[in-house]
Amino acid sequence: MDLRNTWDQWPDANGRFGEFGGRYVAETLMPLILDLEREYRAAKQDPAFKAEMDDLWTHYVGRPSPLYFAERLTEHFGGAKIYFKRDELNHTGAHKINNCLGQVLLARRMGKKRIIAETGAGQHGVATATICARFGLECVVFMGETDVERQKPNVFRMRLLGAKIVPVSSGTGTLKDAMNEALRDWVTNVDDTFYCIGTAAGPHPYPEMVRDFQSVIGREARAQILEREGRLPDAVMACIGGGSNAIGLFHPFIEDEGVRLIGVEAAGHGIETGEHAAALNGGKPGILHGNRTYLLQTDDGQIIDAHSISAGLDYPGIGPEHAFLRDAGRAEYLSCTDQEALDAFQLCTRLEGIIPALEPSHAIARVGEVAKELGKDGLLILNMCGRGDKDVFSVAKALGVDV
Amino acid sequence: MGRERIDAAFARAKSENRAALVTYMMAGDPSLEESFKALCALRDNGADIIELGAPFTDPMADGPAIQRAGLRALANGTKLTDVLALAARFRKDDQTTPLILMGYANPIHSMGYEAFAKAAAEAGIDGTIIVDLPPEEDAGLREIYGRLGLSVIRLATPTTDEARAAKVADGASGFIYFVAVTGVTGAGSADPAAIAGKVAMVRRVSGLPVCVGFGVKNGAQAAEMAKIADGVVVGSAFVEKAQDAHETGKFETAAPAMGHLAGELRRALAGVAKG
Repeated sequence: MDLRNTWDQWPDANGRFGEFGGRYVAETLMPLILDLEREYRAAKQDPAFKAEMDDLWTHYVGRPSPLYFAERLTEHFGGAKIYFKRDELNHTGAHKINNCLGQVLLARRMGKKRIIAETGAGQHGVATATICARFGLECVVFMGETDVERQKPNVFRMRLLGAKIVPVSSGTGTLKDAMNEALRDWVTNVDDTFYCIGTAAGPHPYPEMVRDFQSVIGREARAQILEREGRLPDAVMACIGGGSNAIGLFHPFIEDEGVRLIGVEAAGHGIETGEHAAALNGGKPGILHGNRTYLLQTDDGQIIDAHSISAGLDYPGIGPEHAFLRDAGRAEYLSCTDQEALDAFQLCTRLEGIIPALEPSHAIARVGEVAKELGKDGLLILNMCGRGDKDVFSVAKALGVDV
Repeated sequence: MGRERIDAAFARAKSENRAALVTYMMAGDPSLEESFKALCALRDNGADIIELGAPFTDPMADGPAIQRAGLRALANGTKLTDVLALAARFRKDDQTTPLILMGYANPIHSMGYEAFAKAAAEAGIDGTIIVDLPPEEDAGLREIYGRLGLSVIRLATPTTDEARAAKVADGASGFIYFVAVTGVTGAGSADPAAIAGKVAMVRRVSGLPVCVGFGVKNGAQAAEMAKIADGVVVGSAFVEKAQDAHETGKFETAAPAMGHLAGELRRALAGVAKG
């Protein structure tokens, strides 16, 4: 098979992206995910579903988000022209809402009254709680105990929006445990509950569905850059935790052979220390949370906790399509340490007057090298997938400032 | 031996006109040494089939009792190879009691399907229940098991309809594990009357014995479930005995307590004649 001409055909009928993806779930969930797949296929074909989503994207979320020429950052690095896709300007401050809106509209179509979600930093939880408030649906958010403690403002936000927060103490009390607990809730409440997964991972059809909903980012960016510059970019860049903002940006460019797709993983204290969240650069293939993908794990196949200063990247796995794109050589995956992300966070704030979230700060930390490599005639787009308001306290702490 | 040993266990129970007692324990909890004693105690007190849990950091389908048991076993340093060594030690003196390894896909995937299956067969494991490996995903393992005579044991649930039951049964052997409640292990008990129809359907479609588990904790509940099932699975209640031993620091009390519970369950099943 000539993979070069078939990037857009994945996943296959079994939910596989090459060797990755699939449906590794307990039997209780199988009928549910098969049903979800059927319902999603039907919704995808339904113009009314798309029209409702487009209307809310425009008037509730604030799409399209601008494509902004980051002039001073470009001058600073002295290389390719750097554009930001401004998804941090979305309602709720991150790209997460693109997907939540799609999934909750699907849940309503399926007659589900109760929405559950997992969250790490709280951005997906806030986005889910927001859409649930908008539609009057019950919302339960699972959040690791450790994260509940370090993300207090988002916990309060979710409660204001009417969501119930379930702190998860099992395992190590972080995002992966929140996802385990959400899956346990789902096997218990099979009739009325819809599980709104926040990233492009999990059992099929989630990686495909989340990618499709997030692809609005790349579709807009592609049209916007063609209008502004009259040509496609040389590279598109995004940070990667589970990888939903990155796949959303990458996918509409996937058939454009000349466009480099560059993801940046969180290297935490450094990949060599073992304390990181870089599943592609420091993990190996395995099976967790419904899919086969790259995972941080021991030689004995036990899952290792991820570490990143950014709670949104603090996950030991990665979406299966990224695993596929990396092994097939279509996308490149770099990494960035906590310290480099902190430096980039400050640099972007000072030069552009945009306080980025710590997640995209990881991509900003690598953008200079890529820009120089591409040279002055180059053109690149970086996904500014979230705003940094939520991070100011943890950044202050890391900088030793008492706020 | 593999699947023949499982078939023989059901044949024995049937000849005694009772449901089979299937017990679950977590290997390495409270310690590997005590787990060996627990295996013997379960067998000596009437367990027909023993499910040996292999610990995993992220047991998505398990409730708090088995989650904690797994974490204790991992804290003890229990690896998949230790679980297999434990099985081999038991198998040296016991050629009769089927051992089913129960766990999650990743440790097995990490070892490699071929290497795992060969090691399991050599250790005297007769089949496996891999919770997150549904029929859609176990083709590779199934092919290897076929050559080695190991059983793929699959799960059916209250969400399983007749078409799905056929899919679950395809390639399965030994028995079908019917999960009585939609939920995690150790959750609330099921009403046998509510699931009797489903259990009968799964038995008819699969042509295999159907064992019912999840939420069965004592003799009275086991006796009720035995009326509709070919076997009754008890898990969390045994794991709680290991937890008690761990909490009191008296590890040596785990195996006798588990043996005692097995005896109670077996007597309860003996009192329920099968039609």
